[in-house]
Amino acid sequence: MKGSETSQMNIKTFKGGVHPPHAKFTKDKPIEKARLPEKVIIPLQQHIGAPCEPVVSVGDNIKVGQKIGEPKGFVSAPVHSSVSGKVVAIETHPHPIGSDVLSVVIESDGKDEVFEGVKPYGDLDSLTADDIKNLIRESGIVGMGGATFPTQVKLSPPPDKKIDTVIINGAECEPYLTADHRLMLEKPENIIFGLKAIMKALGVENGYIGIEDNKPDAIEKLSKLAEQENNIKVVVLRTKYPQGGEKQLIYAITGREVPSGGLPMEVGAVVQNVGTTNAIATAIKTGMPLIERVLTVTGSGVKQPKNMLVRIGTPFKEVIEQCGGFNGTPGKVIMGGPMMGLAQSSVEVPVIKGTSGILVLTKQDAKMFEPRPCIKCARCVDACPAYLLPTRLAHFSEKAMWDEAEEYNALDCIECGSCSFVCPAKIPLVQRIRLAKSQIIAKRKKK
Amino acid sequence: MENDKLVITSSPHIFDDDSVEKIMYGVIIALLPASIMGVYYFGLHALLLIVTCVITAVLTEALFQKARNYPVTIKDGSAVITGLLLALNLPPGLPAWMAVVGTVVAIILGKQIFGGLGHNPFNPALVGRAFLVASFPVAMTTWLSPVDATTTATPLGLMKLEGIPTDYWSLFIGKIGGTIGETSALAILIGAGYLLYKGYIDWRIPLSYIGTVAVLTTVFGRDPIFHIFAGGLMLGAFFMATDMVTTPITKKGRWIFGIGAGILVVVIRLWGGYPEGASYSILLMNGITPLLNRYTRPRVFGEVKKNA
Ligand code: SF4
Ligand code: SF4
Repeated sequence: MKGSETSQMNIKTFKGGVHPPHAKFTKDKPIEKARLPEKVIIPLQQHIGAPCEPVVSVGDNIKVGQKIGEPKGFVSAPVHSSVSGKVVAIETHPHPIGSDVLSVVIESDGKDEVFEGVKPYGDLDSLTADDIKNLIRESGIVGMGGATFPTQVKLSPPPDKKIDTVIINGAECEPYLTADHRLMLEKPENIIFGLKAIMKALGVENGYIGIEDNKPDAIEKLSKLAEQENNIKVVVLRTKYPQGGEKQLIYAITGREVPSGGLPMEVGAVVQNVGTTNAIATAIKTGMPLIERVLTVTGSGVKQPKNMLVRIGTPFKEVIEQCGGFNGTPGKVIMGGPMMGLAQSSVEVPVIKGTSGILVLTKQDAKMFEPRPCIKCARCVDACPAYLLPTRLAHFSEKAMWDEAEEYNALDCIECGSCSFVCPAKIPLVQRIRLAKSQIIAKRKKK
Repeated sequence: MENDKLVITSSPHIFDDDSVEKIMYGVIIALLPASIMGVYYFGLHALLLIVTCVITAVLTEALFQKARNYPVTIKDGSAVITGLLLALNLPPGLPAWMAVVGTVVAIILGKQIFGGLGHNPFNPALVGRAFLVASFPVAMTTWLSPVDATTTATPLGLMKLEGIPTDYWSLFIGKIGGTIGETSALAILIGAGYLLYKGYIDWRIPLSYIGTVAVLTTVFGRDPIFHIFAGGLMLGAFFMATDMVTTPITKKGRWIFGIGAGILVVVIRLWGGYPEGASYSILLMNGITPLLNRYTRPRVFGEVKKNA
């Protein structure tokens, strides 16, 4: 009753945005388990916040799910071993997000033995809100859409912020990526279960799962399951980028605008990614912390695009090899999707908790454009979901006019890249706006 | 080996197909119906003027950029548009050398001295036209009849000076005196439809511009249909008041631009010294476009009212 039929008819969305080609070549490819890696490189920082201290030493024999890194601050998350075997090194290693990070290198013994401490946490009914938050923290769960913010922090709002809505982000608005889509299709009961756990942790009565209308199969499957719950609704979203942006999603579903400069909790909403929700469900049901994730390996530069279940710490190279290897000479390797993903300088970097995809573009597709003068066509203005004037912001940034950039609300930019995508003059707008943002933040810190 | 290096750029990694060139060539295509009708009505001299202006515009831009050691950007199509638009704004009998002078002025004073494409505050073709009107007032207001190529007056002139109306059908198809490109509303609308379909122009300015003229002429007891189809309003509304570079980037700014230009046209036509006001109305509004951009910034997503 409460499930789908009312929401099916009215498709929700936000204002602005763009329509990049979907390129979801892997949407019908079932999730494939990747080979057990022979060696994993597990960075001690895979989240926003303080890095972990290693709690194992070189030479230690460890098992799957055993903690190898202990968090140091509140905004942090522990790290666990994704294989059984021997710690061979604790050293800095290239990381897919920026600079080198202290990492634990483990050689697998191929036995895949599970750590004794990994035990199911039991029934959702028997767990209290605090139990759930603690187990989420202990399981090292972070936002798996790419932001990698520690999940339990998101679930622990200050007491004066009343949360009344939990939204599962099933939009997967990034072109090419289909990992969330496949998870919703193949583990729908986990998504519902995970959502219920999150709702319980927050003491919230309204749960929504927002899915773009280019995934009718996932909408149907989850709507059926949602019908059996009395406080979970599936909301159909228009397929438009960045529909899965946190603020855009909250606006589409609740009609509330997260205040400029504020967090979703200020409008009573918490958004969680599909992968994260699945990880929470897995942790509760099996006790297994976050040691593997589903990701999409795709793009014109891989021979056999696939959705894969990969152990954290597996080098990109190995994952790509299991997808038939490169198709010709790769031009660009991106972690994440084409709109917000990070270009990598090497395929030796490991898969981390936030790796939603590995996108390989051929030389041809990776070609760069020479920026032209702005013709003031205002397409960037029309596309901006934050209602900014990207052309002006980029101009201020180029001229180092940071005060003007601040006055024109540069800090409200969510870096979605819609402006750069539509710009006919191929001006690197987001890049310039990012620079302005960092300058403004640096200036504020000085004060 | 260095060829095998992975490309590192910041996101996004995919881009829309449209480019500056595509948009410019789209505008040129959209101007073809009006150009063809102009040649059809006014003959070979009109064709000569069009070709002269286009070639002069491209050459002037190339020479200027060469002389200044700037990259030559004539391939982007914007110089062609300036030449073509200026030609369409000229009386069909204008001596070709005057057209050359006007085009050189349009490209250099209208565009290049500001830094080229994207930097010019005023529509270059209109700058060229304004210069010609000031320099050669008689030649710039000598109109030919499309019927027998004798000199005639434009419908607006006939109305203003002698109170003679022109029938709607002639106005619509363009069998009237006027500049090469402005007479046929039909041809302009075909081109405009194409631009709207392609998303190369925003409907707000043409609608508010023409709408304002319709409302005000009605209020002042004139015939709105006559005022919409006579003179340069249609050509201006769809091809010059929509020039991206010289019009506002905000939606509110575009509404104000259109309404402001509409008011100016009516004021000039009804009370001004000239029978026609489209070009000046657009030039004047071009002049305040930076202000419009500054004061019509949209509300930012999630912006909260500041309570001090
Ligand atoms: S989309 Fe590009 S060319 Fe158009 S206004 Fe924005 S920055 Fe300028
Ligand atoms: S300015 Fe920022 S928020 Fe707006 S479209 Fe560009 S990247 Fe997205």
